[in-house]
Amino acid sequence: MTLPDDELVAALKEGDEQAFAAVVREWHAGLTRVARIFTPTRAVADEVVQETWLRVLGALDRFEGRSSLKTWVFRILVNTAKTRAQREGRSIPFSALHDPARVPEAAVDPERFLPDDHPHHPGGWESPPRELPEDRVIAGETREVIERAIEALPASQRAVISLRDVEGWSSDEVRNALDLSEVNQRVLLHRARARVRQVLEDYLAPEST
Amino acid sequence: MIDTEALSCQELVELVTDYLEGALEERDLRAFEAHLANCDGCTEYLEQMRTTIRVVGTLTPNDLTQAAETVLLKAFRDWKRSS
Ligand SMILES: [Zn+2]
Repeated sequence: MTLPDDELVAALKEGDEQAFAAVVREWHAGLTRVARIFTPTRAVADEVVQETWLRVLGALDRFEGRSSLKTWVFRILVNTAKTRAQREGRSIPFSALHDPARVPEAAVDPERFLPDDHPHHPGGWESPPRELPEDRVIAGETREVIERAIEALPASQRAVISLRDVEGWSSDEVRNALDLSEVNQRVLLHRARARVRQVLEDYLAPEST
Repeated sequence: MIDTEALSCQELVELVTDYLEGALEERDLRAFEAHLANCDGCTEYLEQMRTTIRVVGTLTPNDLTQAAETVLLKAFRDWKRSS
């Protein structure tokens, strides 16, 4: 666990290597996942994370504690990643991150529901979720399937589900790190979880043909 | 019997994350829970979303490689010396 911000900043300024190593390790996974939003490969993301820490050290004297240290570091990460993308002439998926509502996407295939003009049950399940065999849910192979499903998500969804559900961040931490509104954070999280659930259902309880 | 007047199944599945995040307004929350009480399909869907969250939570976070850590610690020492 990391120290409270003021103690941590003081320790870093004093050159406490253990404190630095601890915070680098603790935030590494989150930083990498956010960096992946803006970078084409994992390798570039790793470089962006390294560059971020160098910038953080360079700017530490100017940290005023108006936000948490974590938020501040993630802001620097996002700026670093954007600058690098610009330098390399890559476009940045801003719109996808900031306005997910512009890309409507259903949690469940609309084909699985009865039509809106159905006489008894408009919008009801025509093909309800198939039960998942509990014993296989936690199997190692299932985790690999889920890992791949997350990897295949649009970058912004991948970042949100990774930070919330893999890393266990609070919604406020995610919103601050990614500069997202509360609603957009939830929309991205919902789509990501819905997609992963569908993959899980398709894998563990395939449609009988 | 499923009460589809307030909320259809297709609408309910879009509210599951809001529900789990405690972000539904009182009126929507009542409609959501009333629907669930009478609908096996949506109950199963909610259960599967919970299962999904639980399993995603068992994935291991990305670990820092030893090499990257060494580079950063060296950078930290250099920074300390120069400041
Ligand atoms: Zn229903």
